[in-house]
Amino acid sequence: MTLKEGLLNIIITGVGGQGNVVASQIFASAAVRDGFYVSVGETYGAAQRGGAVMSHVRLSEETQYGSLTPEGRAHIILGFEPVECLRTIGSFGNEKTKVIANPRPVYSIDVLSGASKYPAVEEVLKSIKELAYSIQVVEATELAKKAGDPIMQNVVMVGCLAGSGFTPVKVETVKDIIKETFAKRRPEANLKAFELGLREIRRTKPL
Amino acid sequence: MSYVEIDEPGKRVLLMGNEAVARGALEAGVDFCSGYPGNPASEILEALAKAAKKADFYVEWSVNEIVALEVAGAAAFTGLRALTAMKNLGADVCADFLMTTNLSGTRGGFVLVTGDDPSAHSTTSELDTRNYARLAEIPLLEPATTQEAKDMTKWAFDLSQELGVICMVRTVTRLSHSRGVVTLGPIKRDKRSAEFSSQDMWTSGSSNIQCMFHSILHEKLKRAQQKFEESKFNWYVGKENADFIIITSGTGWPYSFEAVKLLGLENEVGILKLGTTWPLPEKLVASHLKHAKEVLFVEETDPFLEQNVKILAAELAAEGVGPITFYGKKSNHIRGEFGAGTGELNVDIAIRALTEVKKVPYPLRGKEYSEKAQKLLSSYVPARSMSFCAGCPHRASFWAIKKAAKWDGRDAIVTGDIGCYSLGMLPTGFSVAKTLHCMGAGIGTANGFGNLKEFGLDKPAIAIAGDSTFYHACMPALVNARWNGSNILLVVLDNNTTAMTGHQPHPGTGVNAMGDSSPRVLIEDICKAVGAEVRVCDPFDQDEAVQNLYEMLQNEGLKVMIFRHECPLAFPKEKKAKVYVDQDKCLSEECGCVKFCTRVFGCPGNIWDYEKGKAKIDEVICNGCGLCAKLCPAGAIIVEEVT
Repeated sequence: MTLKEGLLNIIITGVGGQGNVVASQIFASAAVRDGFYVSVGETYGAAQRGGAVMSHVRLSEETQYGSLTPEGRAHIILGFEPVECLRTIGSFGNEKTKVIANPRPVYSIDVLSGASKYPAVEEVLKSIKELAYSIQVVEATELAKKAGDPIMQNVVMVGCLAGSGFTPVKVETVKDIIKETFAKRRPEANLKAFELGLREIRRTKPL
Repeated sequence: MSYVEIDEPGKRVLLMGNEAVARGALEAGVDFCSGYPGNPASEILEALAKAAKKADFYVEWSVNEIVALEVAGAAAFTGLRALTAMKNLGADVCADFLMTTNLSGTRGGFVLVTGDDPSAHSTTSELDTRNYARLAEIPLLEPATTQEAKDMTKWAFDLSQELGVICMVRTVTRLSHSRGVVTLGPIKRDKRSAEFSSQDMWTSGSSNIQCMFHSILHEKLKRAQQKFEESKFNWYVGKENADFIIITSGTGWPYSFEAVKLLGLENEVGILKLGTTWPLPEKLVASHLKHAKEVLFVEETDPFLEQNVKILAAELAAEGVGPITFYGKKSNHIRGEFGAGTGELNVDIAIRALTEVKKVPYPLRGKEYSEKAQKLLSSYVPARSMSFCAGCPHRASFWAIKKAAKWDGRDAIVTGDIGCYSLGMLPTGFSVAKTLHCMGAGIGTANGFGNLKEFGLDKPAIAIAGDSTFYHACMPALVNARWNGSNILLVVLDNNTTAMTGHQPHPGTGVNAMGDSSPRVLIEDICKAVGAEVRVCDPFDQDEAVQNLYEMLQNEGLKVMIFRHECPLAFPKEKKAKVYVDQDKCLSEECGCVKFCTRVFGCPGNIWDYEKGKAKIDEVICNGCGLCAKLCPAGAIIVEEVT
């Protein structure tokens, strides 16, 4: 599979502490191994948790692009948190953007304090659907619990991205990188999380 | 082993910009590295520290940036290859030595890497350190890609050694913290020995000697300029002899390239990409100004290239070059949300500037789509402010400070400082801190606030500092407070790590950069030696913490409270306590607390069960610290220690 436009923009979006950076690094490393030019832009900096974070993963066959996707040019959005997923598609989405979303909300302290209101998750998913070409919803946190720890939802979501058929990166390559990345950190549980995501996305129909 | 260290020349790997800088140093055969952690530059030294033992070179986290530059400077004087890395504001801290060691010169390759933070994502200033290269009159390189971050760092050592002057490499957040494909070169390892003979003299001089060294520096800069004219890091692409050219550097290069491509202007526009930006390669730039009628500058933060090129254009006017119309920051075409010269650059800013100047359309998303997106975003997306992590001891410390200040009742002035606890100004720190500037400014300004009684301001001054910040910049102000009789309470939030920048060791941790054990320099020993009243307690022992703070606020003179509790992210517990809400005990809206746990306490682990109208704990986020259980007025939060 090759890239239709010569460039594929993937955005992984969520909340600090959800493992965005690890997820983008795994996928990007796999893409490099498959021969692509890859640029990854991260929200880093503030070590504190709870802020909105995004990783831009940009694959190209021809050249090294900058690490930021221009407005409205995301091909795929991998949403670790529903409201962040909506925020991201609002800025970077277009009619052709495909979305894979974990529906589990992470409430901000603004919401918890009552200063802001968190909308019903169904409403958020509906809004994303209005802006997207397609949205597939995967209970990634629940699957991660099955694999042994809810924190591994990021690996489940990488499994979803790898198995989605939306990218030219080979599933086996991603799997190899997962094995290398977690060689010393719960290798079996992480591999299980990846495979659960891989399997789940293939049977998840778009909303 | 990370990709930074593998010795497989020709291999294509994914590296972070900071890792690429580290790899460049390895390929240059670096001997001696130093730095102080600071976003976005921290990972440079971290990567070097990991590689140091195997490749047999030295790395230290120094106590602050000026010490870092000085220790590396000494190594460079002896002929070793030395690198110092720091964030933009670190360049301020080391500026004193920089403005003199530029004159004294160097024998070994000596490279200063600065990481700027346009938009100030995790900094208190988006200061553009390129100005320091101009101020210090030293060569400046600006990588545009991760590949260049590696290649330029490597070359900077050769350049510095050949010219005998420190060279600067400037990166920005969007390069330092981005990842890209890098083709590796061979790792170089010639073990050098440090030499210092009785004939050696390293100084900036003073009087006539200083002027002589200053003139030698100018000669070195001229030689740098000659080399820059031929540098492979400068290139021109696009239409030959174009009327319209973009002059760009750093991340401006990929943004300009993509903007031109998206607008389909490849056959009209030329791009002059500069990697060596001070001194300006004037002949190269002049050769393109000669064919240009219009020039757009695309660069991060300050109009640095813009101003330098305009000076050159003014000189060239006498030779018949121009007139040229310039666009960029001055003309307000390259502007962020808060105007030109503020905020981070991106492709969209470059696109907008080109559409305005070239009067070409940019078909983004349909108007209907954008309006729909705007509407959905404004109706459904709540704010997401940053907060202390679940289980963070800073939350406990700020609650104690808030409470003690309230008991005291004199409206204490709390001055903040740099670290995770900078968030003490925000609701997550109960908006306790009222000032925030640079490393050490908390206690420095507290010195002033604590000495204004005769001017009618009689409020207690409470300064906050983290442990690493204490060593970095607080000690002179501590001595000053004692000497000048400033009536202040310093609260040191000691979490046994430099947490904000990714958990680097500091002088109190008993470990150095390379992981070897080192003597612990204790904060209480220093404060006692200065003559302060010192107390230490764990902020999670809330009652004791508040009582101690209150008592100290009543005492005259210099007081230091050390709140000591390890950062739970750096030192994760093997087994976390299980925390849950006994919803039968939670009085909900009926309780006088009015949802204290979620409304005020603000730990992301404390959530609200909207179905049952009761408090709840998010088990994925909760870190098991149990502080909320101590503060819940109904005693509804239960902590079960897991054994």
